[in-house]
Amino acid sequence: MSLKETVHFKWYKHLLIVLFLFACFQGSVWITSAEFSQVFQNSSQMTAFLSRFIHPDFSYLPKLLEPMIKTLQMSLLGTVIGLVFAIPFSFLATTVVTENRWVSTFFRFLLGLVRTIPTLLLAALFVAVFGIGEATGVLTIAVFTFGMVSQLMFQAIETIDFGPIEAASAVGANKMQIAIWSIAPQVLSQFASYAFYAFEVNVRASTVLGYVGAGGIGVILNSSLALLNYERVSIIILTILLTVAIVDKLSERVRRSLL
Amino acid sequence: MMLREMSKKTMISLITLAILVVLSATTLDYSGLRTFSPSMGMDVLRGLGQPDWGFLYDGSSEDLLSLLLLTIGIACLGTMIATVLAVPITLISAVNLWPAHPWVTKLGKFICNVLRAFPELVFAIIFVKVVGPGPFAGVMAIGVHQIGMLGKLFTEEMEAMDERLVEEVQAVGANFWQTIFYVRIPYLMPIYCSLALNHFEIAVRSAATLGLVGAGGIGAPLIFAIQTRSWSKVSIILIGVVVTVFILDQITGIIRKKLR
Repeated sequence: MSLKETVHFKWYKHLLIVLFLFACFQGSVWITSAEFSQVFQNSSQMTAFLSRFIHPDFSYLPKLLEPMIKTLQMSLLGTVIGLVFAIPFSFLATTVVTENRWVSTFFRFLLGLVRTIPTLLLAALFVAVFGIGEATGVLTIAVFTFGMVSQLMFQAIETIDFGPIEAASAVGANKMQIAIWSIAPQVLSQFASYAFYAFEVNVRASTVLGYVGAGGIGVILNSSLALLNYERVSIIILTILLTVAIVDKLSERVRRSLL
Repeated sequence: MMLREMSKKTMISLITLAILVVLSATTLDYSGLRTFSPSMGMDVLRGLGQPDWGFLYDGSSEDLLSLLLLTIGIACLGTMIATVLAVPITLISAVNLWPAHPWVTKLGKFICNVLRAFPELVFAIIFVKVVGPGPFAGVMAIGVHQIGMLGKLFTEEMEAMDERLVEEVQAVGANFWQTIFYVRIPYLMPIYCSLALNHFEIAVRSAATLGLVGAGGIGAPLIFAIQTRSWSKVSIILIGVVVTVFILDQITGIIRKKLR
């Protein structure tokens, strides 16, 4: 960075950016008709909520165990199904494998489209089509995992060392053999790490999926919120927190040992 | 790679994983799927194949374009609030800013963890109660949730930065605030901008879902359309969401590449 490029010399450019951000801010305030004073005016609501919230209903804990395990099962199954589909697609989305710009651009576009749909909206749609229940949750998680992991995976494949590919093709390996013997060994540990990361994210996501009827602990969260039973909401959120924390720690440890 | 090369430990963990997967696959409740029939699925697909273009823009404030703009507005304002408020939290929770009192950073990290722990949807429900249903509840929900996310990422970047630069400036007599303004901010600014933009992308996605609980945006009309099974409307809304998110992803992607 030369002196001419520092903050103090390009101030007019920064001024423009600041003005643009200010315009965005004002525009957003106008669009969303935000009034920040409202938060403080109605803070009594907030304190009423919080005062009930800090007294979790511990007697409800045993009943939460089964839905929580179901939630974990949903995310595990969804992650595995999503991964099974993600692997071939991530190979197809890289020019390393296809050696054709257009094919991989097409697959990337497809994966991009899958990723853009918010999980909860997808769950709501699937619930309407396939019915209420845990199976719909698994389906949603599978699609979500597919979109997320395949992107991470094709980025991993793009950064590999080309030496083994050349070596394999020099001795006459075909595409499939190159993929299995030259590419897979290089990215396998990364893939495993992404799989655990996906599981982590999915456990977080699956706890709210029940809100739209896709099974798991979110179903109880939804009903307790609707009944204004905040002591129960509090214990549910605590349980979710604890589970997510445990899963995070476990998967972090596994991922660290993989890399 | 080959089966022979695998250690016993890997084999055992793989087998446990397989057993767990099979167990969860067999014990889950599939009764919900029974209501599904192929003819119904075809019906849905046919409806989704014919988007209701009339909903795109009809001059009222209830059409797709204005709702999408509202969604972007919610995300933008929420992320801006979060970015501004995450900076002071970063200042308390970064270990390298408090070499003498490391316990202070525990407090900052605790705040971030608590804020991050709640699902956004729960924040949205709380704020719908506090400020009433509407886009502003969505803004607050995204803002408060993102403080935790951004605070954590900002802190990690702050702790990972090159301390030699700071030492060099201190060696020529800079005090704490001078190191902040002349070393840390110029060094971290591009990274923080990139992270904030990334979270703007994420916020657009969540703003689209927050409408489910009455916190404004495109989610509310979508859920109504799904419940009344008007698939052509669902289709146009989904197209709108996908296109918006896709375009914003591309734009922020270009800006983030330039920042690097």
